[in-house]
Amino acid sequence: MPAVENTIVICAGGACISAGEISVKESLENTLKEYALEEVVQVVETGCMGACDLGPIMVIYPEGIFYQKLNSENVKKIVEEHLLKGRVVKEFLYTGPTGEVKEKPQEELPFFKKQIKIATRNLGVVDPLSIEEYIARDGYFALTKVIKDMSPDKVIEELKKSGLRGRGGAGFPTGLKWEFAKKAEGDVKYVICNADEGDPGAFMDRAILEGDPHTVVEAMTIAAYTVGANKGFIYVRAEYPLAIERFSRALETAREYGFLGENILGTDFSFDIEIRIGAGAFVCGEETALINSIEGQRGIPRVKPPYPAQKGLWGKPTLINNVETYANIPPIILHGGDWFAQFGVEGSRGTKVFALAGKVNNTGLVEVPMGITLRELINEIGGGVPNGKKLKAVQTGGPSGGCVPEKYIDTPITYDTLKELGTIIGSGGMIVMDEDDCMVDVAKFFLEFTVEESCGQCTPCRDGTKRMLEILERITEGEGTEEDLEKLKELGEHIMKTSLCGLGQTAPQPVLSTMRYFWDEYEAHVKEKRCPAKKCKELTRIVIDREKCVGCTACARVCPVNAITGSVRQPHEIDPELCTRCGSCLEVCRFGAISKVSP
Amino acid sequence: MGKIKSLEDLMKIKESTLKDLKMRDTDKRGKIIVAMGTCGIAAGAKETLKAIVDILSEKGIEDIAVVQSGCFGLCDVEPTIEVRIGENEPVIYGHVTPNQAKRIIDQHILEGKVVSDLVVKRGEL
Repeated sequence: MPAVENTIVICAGGACISAGEISVKESLENTLKEYALEEVVQVVETGCMGACDLGPIMVIYPEGIFYQKLNSENVKKIVEEHLLKGRVVKEFLYTGPTGEVKEKPQEELPFFKKQIKIATRNLGVVDPLSIEEYIARDGYFALTKVIKDMSPDKVIEELKKSGLRGRGGAGFPTGLKWEFAKKAEGDVKYVICNADEGDPGAFMDRAILEGDPHTVVEAMTIAAYTVGANKGFIYVRAEYPLAIERFSRALETAREYGFLGENILGTDFSFDIEIRIGAGAFVCGEETALINSIEGQRGIPRVKPPYPAQKGLWGKPTLINNVETYANIPPIILHGGDWFAQFGVEGSRGTKVFALAGKVNNTGLVEVPMGITLRELINEIGGGVPNGKKLKAVQTGGPSGGCVPEKYIDTPITYDTLKELGTIIGSGGMIVMDEDDCMVDVAKFFLEFTVEESCGQCTPCRDGTKRMLEILERITEGEGTEEDLEKLKELGEHIMKTSLCGLGQTAPQPVLSTMRYFWDEYEAHVKEKRCPAKKCKELTRIVIDREKCVGCTACARVCPVNAITGSVRQPHEIDPELCTRCGSCLEVCRFGAISKVSP
Repeated sequence: MGKIKSLEDLMKIKESTLKDLKMRDTDKRGKIIVAMGTCGIAAGAKETLKAIVDILSEKGIEDIAVVQSGCFGLCDVEPTIEVRIGENEPVIYGHVTPNQAKRIIDQHILEGKVVSDLVVKRGEL
């Protein structure tokens, strides 16, 4: 007897039977006989699989392909296509609640493999409003350990051992920062948490404050004990109301339990935290602008040095760290600096939280060890680029970062490697781009953001970025010249050298990095007046192929600006003056008659 | 609760909370955890939470606790909920609309069958 090659498990639960499972099974067995497959394909009936509203259903093993809503007709097709030709029949596959096709719904997403959660260890696990649940997950044990058993110098030593660097963008060694703040002379010192997360696409700080607020309270208290501060501020942007609400609750309960306020844990150490709400200026994420804003001044950066550790809030020594940096502190104290340093690579220790966005299947927050490659992050955890498109580049670090082209996708993610490629890890925003994205347009997007958010204090950033944007606008409209390209580069380099704060010093990065890696695209826009990705509106037209158009009127009905005209059964036409290139007609045309062209 | 003064106090809370969390599984048979981060709420987690509470009370199910948590990262499949019953492996479901919540309650809570097409993760986070 020949060995069984496939096993088909067909659901014979009550719901599937009433939906026609018996006739499906008969048809399946008859078709198998017809193709003499009955000996190598085993059909097994099982009890209810649970997806009753999709019935009748079956799963073909060994692949585990899940077919839904079967009838006696389509099951024949599955035998012919799947079993005989080895091709999955897409049209009968399970489609998820949002319509995406999943071949194997029973299998969990590979999203969680390869993740190591330190900063986000409690997210989705504890009730953010319950201090007891936080304690049950070893919360406030680090604070107790520090206050009862560790000297400030010992805390700093562990932090140095851990190799933790600032997760807000600049990547300054945290242990060193704490040491400076501790050593600074001053009767009054402050501790600040920077929760003014503003990079487009990054939202890990919000998630931590919403999902595990006590970790930040605990870490700030540890910081205060270490550097000798009695007063702390958390600067949260007003756009995060839920984070503010949950953090306020965490402060109240921490005070009730004696983790904040006077005589913490029965000792003579006292510390409390106040919330300051930012009005939504991107520049206030820059530490000295943030300090000005807390003081009630205009949110503009100060000249550094002196650094906040020497002269910060109200001229006093101030320790300022980002939310994600703080979230790493309690585990480092509990498990030791060496434990943390085992993750990651030389120079970039521990894990980093990334916000995956753009053209990637699994968008969301992931925490991975440093040194993982971009490929692993995008293709394995992120599930790759959707719709079979080709990966083109990844933008990291938001408006201060740059694009990494596909050819460098095997680069490990560390502070240093990304710097070599002309970008930064930044706060961890990661925007994936496919072949349909125009790199000039991407650069323009980020520059529009910087121009909008420049505080206006120094000329290079205020005027320089504006001039750069004007040039980019000319280029995307087909009005650019070769001289413009040179000017763009020169201006960018000047702005980086002469701006006052980190934002201005990095603002031209998105432009310069795309020019470096996608020079041909810039040239195509300037010399040929062509947008290779067919994205730039002024350089792209939507056309109807008169040969293919059957005059079904679907495109004319969906066009929001009535740019398409034509009578039934006659080829239609598009008025390029009215057309906004929204692409709605492309999606509805079933005859492949409509396409985008760039001359 | 008085102020915490020592490691022993802290250990007591940890142990009693861990016991409580277990207790919830014995006196309450299990629990449903709804992820209520901004992403979840934007995707409709509030409606899902309300639907779960309504369906449970409608069906007279009193041995299941409903609690909330933050975002665990997979914002793309929000609203997400986690179902824990007794010592069974916890199951996280994605895209849980009120209708899907009803399916999960009918099948998983009442009949103990995992709703396989909505699963995004099994086991501890």
